[in-house]
Amino acid sequence: MIDPQLKYTPEHEWVRLLEGGVAEVGITDFAQEQLGEIVFVDQLEEGKEVKKGDFLCTLESIKTVSDMYAPVSGRIIAINPAVCDGDPQFAPELINKAPYTEGWIARLVMSEPSQVDDLLDDSAYQKLIEAE
Amino acid sequence: MSQIQQLLRTPLVENHKRAGGKLVEFAGWEMPVEYSGIKSEHLAVRSQVGVFDLSHMGEIEIQGPEAVRCVDSLVTNDVHRLERGQCLYTCMCRPNGRILDDLLVYRFPDTEAGEPYFWLVVNASNREKDYAWIVERAAEFEVTVRDLSLETALIAVQGPRSQEVLQAFTDLDLEILSYYHLQRGHLRGREVVISRTGYTGEDGFEIYLPWDQAPEVWELLLGEGGCQPIGLGARDTLRLEAGYSLYGHEIDEECDPIDSSLGWVVRFNGPDFVGREYLQAKKESGPQTAIAGLVMQSRAIPRQGYVVEDETGEVGVVTSGTYSPSLGRGVALARLRIGSHRPGTELKVRVRQKLEPAVVQRPPFVRGSIRR
Repeated sequence: MIDPQLKYTPEHEWVRLLEGGVAEVGITDFAQEQLGEIVFVDQLEEGKEVKKGDFLCTLESIKTVSDMYAPVSGRIIAINPAVCDGDPQFAPELINKAPYTEGWIARLVMSEPSQVDDLLDDSAYQKLIEAE
Repeated sequence: MSQIQQLLRTPLVENHKRAGGKLVEFAGWEMPVEYSGIKSEHLAVRSQVGVFDLSHMGEIEIQGPEAVRCVDSLVTNDVHRLERGQCLYTCMCRPNGRILDDLLVYRFPDTEAGEPYFWLVVNASNREKDYAWIVERAAEFEVTVRDLSLETALIAVQGPRSQEVLQAFTDLDLEILSYYHLQRGHLRGREVVISRTGYTGEDGFEIYLPWDQAPEVWELLLGEGGCQPIGLGARDTLRLEAGYSLYGHEIDEECDPIDSSLGWVVRFNGPDFVGREYLQAKKESGPQTAIAGLVMQSRAIPRQGYVVEDETGEVGVVTSGTYSPSLGRGVALARLRIGSHRPGTELKVRVRQKLEPAVVQRPPFVRGSIRR
């Protein structure tokens, strides 16, 4: 499943453009399927500045550990409460159940909005995962 | 893709694909890692019943007038004390005490010629190595050795409802089949061997049957039996919650049973066995390490290879770790220095540069329906 409204990276991250130069990011359906049930998201820090391709957070599924990278440069201004340990809404399984909606991971104020132009559209991403 | 074509395939590969199984390479075999998801499969075995394809496991047959002495010389536990129809967990060691494999010894009723008859059920990853070793050692004894692995399928039925489900298909009275015992019988008319054994901490059975009969029995258990298929992913989380060691993780050829909390399967009162001299001396000098359980006190998940520390520094290493679907937190088995392995000891696990709190706890982490 691929959402035509979103932009993608070859590392299986997605980006949704919100108002005010904000990018919402998450992992694709293909990625969550590969990882299996996600139980914990670690090292995600609100307020942190990241460059495109920098480490963003660690995703822990039952069977494996995987790093997620920032698809664009910017400052992390929000983290989905569903992936925040200790939050009453903590439910990291939403990344599996609804990877493009309730399972978003973070929002960034982009420092280089033009980077969006380099991301893949849905058909390019579709071709990429078919080749894997 | 060329690599996957060289993998060995159990007779159930097509059945796994139909059931939505995700196939991966494991020990040279193409095996299902999960179907519906590790968590739901895991919880199905803890609360209901699940079936596992374990046809990749090795079965090595040893028979002949000196079979008891032969098997006793190969393994660390006491084979001569086994009844006919009983199973035994044991290690098989090199002369230097290092663990070649851990395995189950099945002693069957004697053959028609009145000779003792055994199966050694070994890890898939060690099958060829074990077989070569056994053939070499068995030359001193009047026995014949045969590798039955590629003609013998193995299906496990595990979970609190396993007896109820399996009883509907077999003429054996499962109520009187005790833990770690085996019987020959029939499953819907097919000749099978059933043992009350398993690797999940739940009550359950392992069914050995001819390779070509496995698909029909598998479909019977899934369809009429209503069992959920369980992949290797949940097999690992289930065995870890039960606190069982797995070859390649807790134990390997670098370590011996005494240092791996497996001293209970090494018996020195019986006949001689390979590794005895070394292990006797080791037992007298005392173990240096133990395999202990760790329960995380934070949300962090321990993984194989993570370092375990106390205030003084490193005291061990995680040998297997996972998120426990039953407990909702991280659990691990770890090789710890003696002194740091006692239940209640507060330790830290280094997870990505951070020290995360953990407490030593004697496994099993989850007490299942197993019938001892």
